[in-house]
Amino acid sequence: MIRIKCPICGLRNETEFTYGADATVKRPEMGEQEQQPWVDYVFNRDNPRGWHKEYWHHVQGCRQWVVLERNTLTHEIGECKLAREVEQ
Amino acid sequence: MKRLDTGGRIDRSKPLSVTFDGTALPAYHGDTLASAMLAGDTMVVGRSFKYHRPRGVYSAGVEEPGAMVHLRDGNRHEPNARATVVEAFDGLVSSGQNAWPNVRFDVGAVNGLFSPFLSAGFYYKTFIGPFKNTTKFWMMCEAFIRKAAGMGRGTYLEDPDHYEKRNAFCDVLVIGGGVAGLSAALAAGRSGAKVILAEQDFELGGAVLSEPIGGEDEAWVEAVLTELQSMENVRILTRTTAFGAYDGDVYGLVERVSDHLKAPENHQVRQRYWMVHAERSILATGAIERPLVFGGNDKPGVMLANAARTYLNRFAILPGESVVVCTNNDSAYETAAELARAGATVTLAEMRASVPSSLTHEATEAGVSILIGHAVLEARGKSRVASAVVVPIDASGQASGAPKTIPADLIATSGGWSPAVHLWSHLFGKPIYNEDAACFIPRSEENHKMQAAGTAMATTSLSETIEQGFDQGVKAAQATGHAKECGARPDHFMTGAYWQRGIEPIWAVVRTNGKCQGKAFVDFQHDVKISDIDQAHLEGYVSVEHLKRYTTTGMATDQGKLSNVNALARMSELRGMKIPEVGTTTFRPPFTPISMASLVGHEHGKHFRPTRLSPIHHWHVENGAKMTEAGAWMRPWYYAEAGEGLDEAYIREAAHVREHVGMVDVSTLGKIAIQGPDAAEFLNRMYVNGWKTLQVGRLRYGVMLREDGFVMDDGATARLGEHDYFMSTTTANAAKVLAFSEHLLQTAWKDLKVHVTTVTDQWAAIAVAGPKARDLLSNVFKGADLSREALPNNHFTYAKLDGVAVRIHRMSYSGELAYEVYIPSGYARAVWETLHEQGQKYRIKPYGTESMSTLRIEKGHVAGPELEGRTTMKDLGLEAFASSKKPFVGSVLRKRPVLEDPERPTLVGLEIDGATGAKSGSILFPKTGETKGHGDGWVSSTTYSPALGKNIALALLKNGSSRKGETVRVVNFIGNETLTAKVVSHHFFDPKGERQNA
Ligand SMILES: [Zn+2]
Repeated sequence: MIRIKCPICGLRNETEFTYGADATVKRPEMGEQEQQPWVDYVFNRDNPRGWHKEYWHHVQGCRQWVVLERNTLTHEIGECKLAREVEQ
Repeated sequence: MKRLDTGGRIDRSKPLSVTFDGTALPAYHGDTLASAMLAGDTMVVGRSFKYHRPRGVYSAGVEEPGAMVHLRDGNRHEPNARATVVEAFDGLVSSGQNAWPNVRFDVGAVNGLFSPFLSAGFYYKTFIGPFKNTTKFWMMCEAFIRKAAGMGRGTYLEDPDHYEKRNAFCDVLVIGGGVAGLSAALAAGRSGAKVILAEQDFELGGAVLSEPIGGEDEAWVEAVLTELQSMENVRILTRTTAFGAYDGDVYGLVERVSDHLKAPENHQVRQRYWMVHAERSILATGAIERPLVFGGNDKPGVMLANAARTYLNRFAILPGESVVVCTNNDSAYETAAELARAGATVTLAEMRASVPSSLTHEATEAGVSILIGHAVLEARGKSRVASAVVVPIDASGQASGAPKTIPADLIATSGGWSPAVHLWSHLFGKPIYNEDAACFIPRSEENHKMQAAGTAMATTSLSETIEQGFDQGVKAAQATGHAKECGARPDHFMTGAYWQRGIEPIWAVVRTNGKCQGKAFVDFQHDVKISDIDQAHLEGYVSVEHLKRYTTTGMATDQGKLSNVNALARMSELRGMKIPEVGTTTFRPPFTPISMASLVGHEHGKHFRPTRLSPIHHWHVENGAKMTEAGAWMRPWYYAEAGEGLDEAYIREAAHVREHVGMVDVSTLGKIAIQGPDAAEFLNRMYVNGWKTLQVGRLRYGVMLREDGFVMDDGATARLGEHDYFMSTTTANAAKVLAFSEHLLQTAWKDLKVHVTTVTDQWAAIAVAGPKARDLLSNVFKGADLSREALPNNHFTYAKLDGVAVRIHRMSYSGELAYEVYIPSGYARAVWETLHEQGQKYRIKPYGTESMSTLRIEKGHVAGPELEGRTTMKDLGLEAFASSKKPFVGSVLRKRPVLEDPERPTLVGLEIDGATGAKSGSILFPKTGETKGHGDGWVSSTTYSPALGKNIALALLKNGSSRKGETVRVVNFIGNETLTAKVVSHHFFDPKGERQNA
């Protein structure tokens, strides 16, 4: 059980959140017509050992998406920012 | 066995009524079930797993592998209770398990004759063959295994008790209330840190509880405890097991609040699950004594040496009158001396070749005869120990001289001790082997938030245990920012004989031929013999993990607390390696078995997850609706009239809608308010079709894709105002669509000025469908112009009923002239009732989800069974909705070559031949040929169509659009049924849509 420091709600239990997606991939621009960038965005993922950035959704709280740093090796939790304040 | 007249930590003034298999046991307050059994000389208390061998009380703690019983009766009945940790209470009822007719005379013991069958790897070999075409052989084996595998028997009755969950936060969690734990809690507590001390026993003191009462160790415990109890920042939990350590500094604890009572009292819970968030923790869990391996070492009357000591000192029971103690370390000497002083004849077989006289002195004084360089080769006796065969041995445990037989009713053994490293292992993996103390201990690393202290770290004296516990308490307090002076350590220098100094790691006693004499067990609960380890080795199982699974050693409910190290030792011996080179398996939670109920807490039955009810729900129930689950929602399935079953009801309801008018509660649809200046642009990106031209007062059907190009959802969205849209989604996908919208708006589309809000619960909706729908609604909503000209399809208007403002959308799902009336939830039932009442003259009837489905299948509309995540717009014939003028979610990836493959199954209609319909999920095959593999497609939705008078279905069929008119076979492999069907257009009924445009 981890706890996540939501920038809006403070330190909250993991059970209030759902994991969303890898936050290190950037969604292509709407006008992108090539398939490859979309394939990369939807399917291709790195599997890093160590610190990683993830989207989590405070679904039973403020309903904000956050970018959470999580260590895939130790399961340590790092910084947590509002997704809308993170430069993509 | 006999109860001593004095001593012990039992209260002789409080006798308790306790029974085992109907026989009363002489129990007192302070006893465990096991001590009461021993006091009553009940030696055979269980039967082993595979061979049904008689088993007695082996230990005095959580490690017990033999004394597993059925506890309590009726709806509180529980299996596999370890008698050694069941606190005796007045009215306790217990019985033997895994035996018939009882544990003393067990017919299943004949299984022993099958033992060659049941040796190592029996399960593996049976599962993997090579028994070609021998299903029968396997079935026989399965029946045999199932019979043999009868551990305890559970109950199907509902547990009458409450269980609760609780969160707690502390600076320092101390796990274990023995000397190390008390010392650690004292230091941390004095510093002002918030401390939780958890002890699984009902008394604090740990190993001190096994010592003679009134000693100096006990005085030390009492003094520390008094000080701890005076601290407001220290919470002491007894009867509480810390069963797991998890990420994020979380520990799982179960407090057995009322297990020591016949039933919970004063509305208390039975058990409480604590989720403890602790900045630091101290593992003061002590050590568990190991048995020795020799023939018959599982017989009732063989017991761990420290268990014998515990029964003597804590429970005032003389566990044997003629005792043979066998040890490879110092720790059993006190046991031997105390038993002799209590009146037993004691022989101590010292396995080591020489020991200092300082060690033997006290025992000799007490009258113990000591045989240096000797060991027990075999325990003899039918259903309990009658004698011990003792031999001189060499340094490897092999017999080196003539055996002699010593009469004995108790054989107390000590093969050394294993620190209880389990919780440390949950966090940090494999412990390290300490050669000196012959045991695994935690790695000591400064940055670990859990530190071990005391015999869990193989300390060698009580004073070292006190010192280590206190130091770890100070460190933990400092690490959590509590700098207050921790004061002087309450030192105490009694020197008990610990095991760690001079232990000689002799694990098994064998004959001159290297084999044990008779069945010698490593794992008592799973009946794994040392010869099974040998066999596994011969068959090439060299990894500890493989050995464990192949022989199942350590895989019983005791998780190998007694067996792990002995199995590893044998393995390392066979491989000619040292124990650390062979390695160990990793411990997983829970440390000891815990009840499922404690984890579940209140979250079961209707509290497991919320049930969502439409605001009209109670009307449906009151008016005879059969309800069905739709995700979290309850929805009317059908409204049965006199004598009707499901089939009669839904067919009647569907036909009624097409002939007259019906009303259906569609409040469960997802509803999302989309607001802001960029709302139209947002919709344009979310939906495949265009939204910029939609005028205020209109609505439009739309399809949404996932990022990967598959269809996600469909529904209608109305434009309420310039920047104000009202989206509806399917019942199932409401949460998904909202979360996805929020994600895009907060990440990739931050520039869009749009706000999305769920309004599902704020609005109820009633669909009114049928030729009389307009007449009825015009009559009810006076003043609203619902004429064909004023309100064509895909338009909406506002109306009022008794002051309640509603919105009427004109759109049809059934293919009939239809409207959806949106009502603020609180007024929904009133509006429904008015419609129902005023509708009587139009013969209105409510209809449920089953007939709603019939109506949409007749029209060929897709729903959940078609929007199942593997279908594209093209597959479903929705391609025409997609705009080519703008990008939308999934617009590029939907064109991936595999998704454009013309062979992909596409939506078709099926007319099923014969009187019975097809089953959803049936596989489609061509008219002739084999029916193997995945076929040409599958049936997604089926119904009887009253409008067509036949059974129809929607299906996905390869090359579907070019196969109209073809006959296909519809195979239901589960029901073993094959039907034939004609492929037709999925627009079965009124394909031109004249009825809905009426
Ligand atoms: Zn939040």
